[in-house]
Amino acid sequence: MTHYKAIKKQIRELLINQKLGVLSTHHSGQPYASLIAFVGKEDLREIYFVTPRTTRKFENLSVDSRVAILINSSLNMDSDFHEAVSVTALGNAGEMNGAEKDEILGLYLTKHPYLEVFATSPTCAVVGVTIKTYVMVRNFQHVMELHIDQ
Amino acid sequence: MNWILTPLEVRPDHRNRIGPKAYALSLLAREGFNIPDTLFLTVEGYNEFVNAAGLRERILLELNRKKFKDMRWEEIWDCATRIRHIFLKKQITGPLQSYLTEKIQSHFSGKALAIRSSAPDEDASGSSFAGLHESFVNVRGTSSILDHIRLVWTSLWSDAALLYRQEIGLDVEKSAMAVVLQETVTGDRSGVVFSQNPNDETQVMIESVYGLNQGLVDGIIEPDRWVLDRDKKTVLSHKPAQREHWMIPSEHGVEMASLPEDLAGRPPLSSEEALGICDLAYRAEALFKAPQDVEWTIKNDTMCVLQSRPITTLSPGQTEDKRAWYLSLHRSVGNLTALRTTIEETLIPEMIKTAKDLMEQDITVLSDGELADEVRRRWKINQHWVNTYWEEFIPYAHGVRLFGQYYNDAMRPDDPYEFMNLLTQTKMVSLERNQMMEELASMVREDRQLFERLKAGEPLGPDLEFGEKVNQFIEKFGDLSCAVTGGIECATDTRPLFKLLLEMAVNPSSWSSRKKPKDALALQQRFLERFQGPKRKEAEELLDLARSSYRLRDDDNIYLGKIEAQMLSAVKEAKSRVECSERRGTHKSELDDLKSVIHDLDYGNRKRELTVSSNEYGFKVNPRQLVGQPAGPGLSRGKARVIRHHLDLQDFKSAEILVCDSVDPNMTFVIPLAAGVIERRGGMLIHGAIIAREYGLPCVTGIPDATFLIQTGDDVTVDGFLGIVTISQKDR
Repeated sequence: MTHYKAIKKQIRELLINQKLGVLSTHHSGQPYASLIAFVGKEDLREIYFVTPRTTRKFENLSVDSRVAILINSSLNMDSDFHEAVSVTALGNAGEMNGAEKDEILGLYLTKHPYLEVFATSPTCAVVGVTIKTYVMVRNFQHVMELHIDQ
Repeated sequence: MNWILTPLEVRPDHRNRIGPKAYALSLLAREGFNIPDTLFLTVEGYNEFVNAAGLRERILLELNRKKFKDMRWEEIWDCATRIRHIFLKKQITGPLQSYLTEKIQSHFSGKALAIRSSAPDEDASGSSFAGLHESFVNVRGTSSILDHIRLVWTSLWSDAALLYRQEIGLDVEKSAMAVVLQETVTGDRSGVVFSQNPNDETQVMIESVYGLNQGLVDGIIEPDRWVLDRDKKTVLSHKPAQREHWMIPSEHGVEMASLPEDLAGRPPLSSEEALGICDLAYRAEALFKAPQDVEWTIKNDTMCVLQSRPITTLSPGQTEDKRAWYLSLHRSVGNLTALRTTIEETLIPEMIKTAKDLMEQDITVLSDGELADEVRRRWKINQHWVNTYWEEFIPYAHGVRLFGQYYNDAMRPDDPYEFMNLLTQTKMVSLERNQMMEELASMVREDRQLFERLKAGEPLGPDLEFGEKVNQFIEKFGDLSCAVTGGIECATDTRPLFKLLLEMAVNPSSWSSRKKPKDALALQQRFLERFQGPKRKEAEELLDLARSSYRLRDDDNIYLGKIEAQMLSAVKEAKSRVECSERRGTHKSELDDLKSVIHDLDYGNRKRELTVSSNEYGFKVNPRQLVGQPAGPGLSRGKARVIRHHLDLQDFKSAEILVCDSVDPNMTFVIPLAAGVIERRGGMLIHGAIIAREYGLPCVTGIPDATFLIQTGDDVTVDGFLGIVTISQKDR
């Protein structure tokens, strides 16, 4: 398997298997990290999450859409150091609307059915992050990047 | 936790806690065989130690730097060295230390012990692990015993053991080790009996030596050998040995000594005793219901069984596994010393003479037919030396590894490669060559006219001194034209050499100002002060052996390169005649022979093209940080110069980072210009790493696909402390 195919496969598996990630935004240069339940698109080009519009993260990304999302397979065990794979996705976030929003919401609730009440609340926004780059770390320090032309 | 069991406490369900060797001993004890006073330290003891010391994940981090199957043996050796070092630096502490101290002191009351491995996964595999794990004899004092228990544990992670587990499909990550603690029986005669001769199932075979068994087991003392008929129980033959040495207890461990004359003249066993040992083997075989290989010793006419294990036989059609080969990677001092004499006194002078004789022969006067024969002859000569290289020179490289382990055991340094500081700064041919290049570059730098002439590609002119020195260089090392091209298409003149000299003239090497390794002399003094008497002599000899091994690791390739260059010069002449004839449109039948020899030897088709996989539309993969092996400490940053073909070497610029598949010593003339070295091939003792350390350059080896992932011009950082290469994406 080429590097390219292996990397895409590992990122795709991580997006499918992991439920939670850490979203990074900022407020006037002050970084802010928050836990999100996400779903990734099969073609790796977008990642989606749901958040109330009153949250700091939504406020922050409304001012600056540039975000980073960390997703990893660690189990909080020693073996994570040699076994876990971690991906940082870099991209731009924006609220989804209309038919596209409904389609994404369906995808989101298939992965997170327990969040139905939360996700369908009129106070929540469905946020899509268009990914420019994935930075994948494995074997503790081995780092490869996958760049996506949008 | 009950970390210690006595032989009579062992139950069948303890087998996985104490391993097959210990379990067999417990059965022998139950059946009334005379075994030494023994305790078993269970695998829970090992697990307690690695967990308390936080070693489990450290070991796995080392083993998972890259895929095991992608690691060369040298990388696995490096990995094993680092793991061994972690064990050496961590003491047994806390409850385990108190428990073991109390058990050892109360049970053995200060007696010297033998400390042997007993790994449970030996059982699971059904394969023989004989010789792969370490055992120690005659260890005295609780502190030293605890120290040696750690050494037995760490042998679970030796290169040979790792490779063997991998080959027979054991899960390395689940490996653990039990330990047999036995009173050392200082037998006056010892040996091994095979209840069934591995080469003839109708026979029993006994091997015996005077003194302790270690010399026989390690293969350094030749034993007397008896072959007996299994059914009739009669001695069929006795082959006496050249009885010269025996192994006897020393202050710390065992040592080989001259055998007293009165013993040298008579065999260690009488025929009656041989028959008695045969009986012992039968009893063991009956107990274990399989042919046995039994180690025994006799002290004051009392027989004692040290261990019994099944003879691993091969089923029909089954081929020998590689255990023997893995074991052969480790050579004894005696073996390496003999190899050194052969290499230094016979092989190297022969190689030098061969290259000189070939160089002095004028091949231009040969007829086409004679030239074809000469190309074949030179090919055979070169092949002979290539084979010699693999059979003699490569094994000799183990001298450095042997010394490394010896040094680390004695000094317990923070850096497991500190020992390399005692080996660098030795006189190597490649360094002599590079020094001469520095001198030539200095002449170019100081003579503006000469500089301009070389730059313009003009003839050298009247500068006799420079011309003479260039000729001396070419006579000694060649004109680099073949080295630069990898011998495929040797350049027709000295352009490659002059191009590099110009670059060196503009950018004087900062080698002398770079950080030197630790003061080798002071380190040597500290090392040798650790030993007294015969041990001091042993340490000195081992250091000397390691220096020779280190130097030859590089020099042998230079000599080999000279012979190959002479073969290639004949090929070049042959090709030139064929091309010339084809241009003229003439045909001579003798040329058919020349064409055929060029074709047969496949010259001109040796270029290796890298297959670059294309990215899917819209996606692009870039490396950011690549993990390899730390092979030369330091940190540097510069533009990458990726060497995909030897010709790329002549474009090398000062302060660039050399990125290559594998450096051979015939390429290392660019190293004085480099700011760092990155190599796909892994290991601390590969040529790129050796020469980088000599110049104090950061070096990372063992980066898979380094020349594919990194591009010439990339901004790269070489972290030689951690073995990490970082690639900047600015220019992509």
